[in-house]
Amino acid sequence: MAGGNAGSTPEMVTGAQAVIKSLEALGVDVVFGYPGGAIMPAYDPLIDADLRHVLVRHEQGAIHMAEGYAHATGRVGVCIVTSGPAATNLVTGLADAHMDSIPVLAITGQVARSAIGSDAFQEADVTGITMPITKHNELVQSPERIAGAIHEAYHIAQSGRPGPVLVDIPKDVLNETFAWSWPERIDLPGYRPTVRGHGKMIREALQLISEAERPVIYAGGGLVRSGADQELFEFATRLGLPVVTTLMARGVFPDTHELAVGMPGMHGHYSGVMALQEADLLVTLAARFDDRVTGKLDAFAPHAKVIHVDVDPAEIGKNRAVDVPIVGDVKVVLGQLLKVLDDKSDADFAPAADAWRQHLIEMKREHPLRVEQPDTGVLKPQTAIRAVYDTWGDEAVYVAGVGQHQMWSAQVIPYSRGRQWINSGGLGTMGFAVPAAIGAKVGVGRDVPVVAIDGDGCFQMTFQELATAVQHDIPVVFCVVNNGYLGMVRQWQHLFYDDRLSQVALPQDCPDLMKIADAYGIPGFRVMTVDELDTTLAKAREITDQPVLIEFRVDPDEMVFPMVPSGASNDDVIESAEEWRARLAAAADDQ
Amino acid sequence: MNRHTLSVLVENKPGVLTRIAGMFARRNYNIHSLAVGPTDDPRVSRLTLVVGAEAVQLEQIVKQLNKLVHVLKIVELDEADSVVREMQLVKVAAEPQHRSQIIELADVFRAKIVDVDHDSITIEAAGDPGKLEAMINLLEPYGIREMVRSGTIALARGGKSITDGSKVRMQRVV
Repeated sequence: MAGGNAGSTPEMVTGAQAVIKSLEALGVDVVFGYPGGAIMPAYDPLIDADLRHVLVRHEQGAIHMAEGYAHATGRVGVCIVTSGPAATNLVTGLADAHMDSIPVLAITGQVARSAIGSDAFQEADVTGITMPITKHNELVQSPERIAGAIHEAYHIAQSGRPGPVLVDIPKDVLNETFAWSWPERIDLPGYRPTVRGHGKMIREALQLISEAERPVIYAGGGLVRSGADQELFEFATRLGLPVVTTLMARGVFPDTHELAVGMPGMHGHYSGVMALQEADLLVTLAARFDDRVTGKLDAFAPHAKVIHVDVDPAEIGKNRAVDVPIVGDVKVVLGQLLKVLDDKSDADFAPAADAWRQHLIEMKREHPLRVEQPDTGVLKPQTAIRAVYDTWGDEAVYVAGVGQHQMWSAQVIPYSRGRQWINSGGLGTMGFAVPAAIGAKVGVGRDVPVVAIDGDGCFQMTFQELATAVQHDIPVVFCVVNNGYLGMVRQWQHLFYDDRLSQVALPQDCPDLMKIADAYGIPGFRVMTVDELDTTLAKAREITDQPVLIEFRVDPDEMVFPMVPSGASNDDVIESAEEWRARLAAAADDQ
Repeated sequence: MNRHTLSVLVENKPGVLTRIAGMFARRNYNIHSLAVGPTDDPRVSRLTLVVGAEAVQLEQIVKQLNKLVHVLKIVELDEADSVVREMQLVKVAAEPQHRSQIIELADVFRAKIVDVDHDSITIEAAGDPGKLEAMINLLEPYGIREMVRSGTIALARGGKSITDGSKVRMQRVV
């Protein structure tokens, strides 16, 4: 690592070399990228750098790979692309990372300083365009600023509430030669995230917990970002607090534990939804009261007091009034809470909630997911996804796109740890799975299987990245749950638009996914019926040294339940299509 | 909606004003007035924002502003306990027979005549927004040709400074 150069002749480098040296100094081991005009100077020193570069097929792929890498490892994912259209192709991924608090560093080329503002070839105001969808960004104005900008960006991306940071570097800045030095210290006087919770609030939170009769931990994605699995487990089990895990937090508390009550929200488990509705205390850990969790906000958890822990003060009180606010990193705050338990005793704070826990256990038993899979013939998507889990198991990482297949994957797989489940939650980015799975696989390495569970609509948005997986030897298992429809849109049109289907059919056999597999030179497997499921998956499982594509032709009529209709109270959760039809009939009778 | 006056210290970096204005637009907050200028520290600029918000939204505005990396400090100024000023330039139609009346009016408001032409007078006035409104009302009958008004600037009364006990730890450049 290059240090200060006091007393010695300074090393002269180009701006482009400074970019690479900065990434090396930060310990970055892989970048996802795509070269082009303005960034080309940086691609020359890359040849000799101690950095793996994964050449993508579309810049959106680069940023989703960086996200998948960051999601799976907790480290900053880095992507590097050129100016103009390449930079604008990052926009979706930046917005996605911003919504889901994923640490990403994006480096973009820019036209030369003298050309900025002249509508030059491949010029776009990238810092302007990305301002509302990045945690921070900077247009670098001199080569001396490169190292500082990248160092700060990396720090901002991964600290506090993580997020994407973009550094835009003009081509002439990359070409200029200057005296290199690495800023060991960074100076960000306006950026000092609060990490430790306030002691008084910690005590008040424990007081509320001790008095509760129906407490629930509402566990959010921030627990995963913070790597707080252990602390959460200890805290929940020592105090006997039931846990719901949001879409972004699936796995951070093991689904098989008796305190696990499932996923809340629009397509959550019945018990996950109702536990929050019936609770008298929400211990909210790094969750953000998203509308997909709360349903109709003023009918959400109507009996509950709220403790809210979040590293972002702006999340506290944003959607729901809070009784005990705690600003801090959730891992640190849980450590503080556990310290109080250690100093006193668990019994001092454990609520008298035996009856409540028993009630939730019975609720889980009485309201399981309802999937009716016939013994032969038509394959239900949930059956296919469960079989994928049974084949690749608990050790694998599962990555989903957006839509029905995502919800089924969140519902039916019993997750056991954070970072085991990767998806696009906040932004709901179709096409996320293929590139994110590739990035995740780069991050977790050879020994951990990474399985993308995608829909046929999503897959067709980004499957060009199969070539990236092949070229760079990244053996991801790509599963496509093919129902020949934009299933979630179809479900809504069926339920709320009187089954008037509008522009949702995607021919199930176009493209022929087996020919796609063939075209990319990877093994392809197609499962048409439930009978073929196990034998085909067993064959696919044997392939570990190259990407695999598996297509499931599933029942196009299957819908995602439970469901809380948009804008409805969570109390109105509907558990099955039959229940939905019965309600419609009853409503018709009333008229 | 209640009006609140926020004093915001920011790093004097390119785009900082865009970041703040953009945040207000994106989150659908109301800005009534915005003024920005240098401070005694060349690396720090000071914004005065007048926003329309109820209490819960005001808290969000402050928190969201604080999330911007270049924002150093935010203080809400109590209008009753602050010196609040706007500045106004007004070009009034002034036929020779009206000229002395207009000058008298300006005197009443302790405003200055900064330009005179054959048939117009330009007046410079500073004060709280209510005073400037009152002056405009009285000048209106003569015919206002053109006017421009600055955003609000404000300082808390008393000896304390916004940077006292502050998280602003930038070294002063001497």
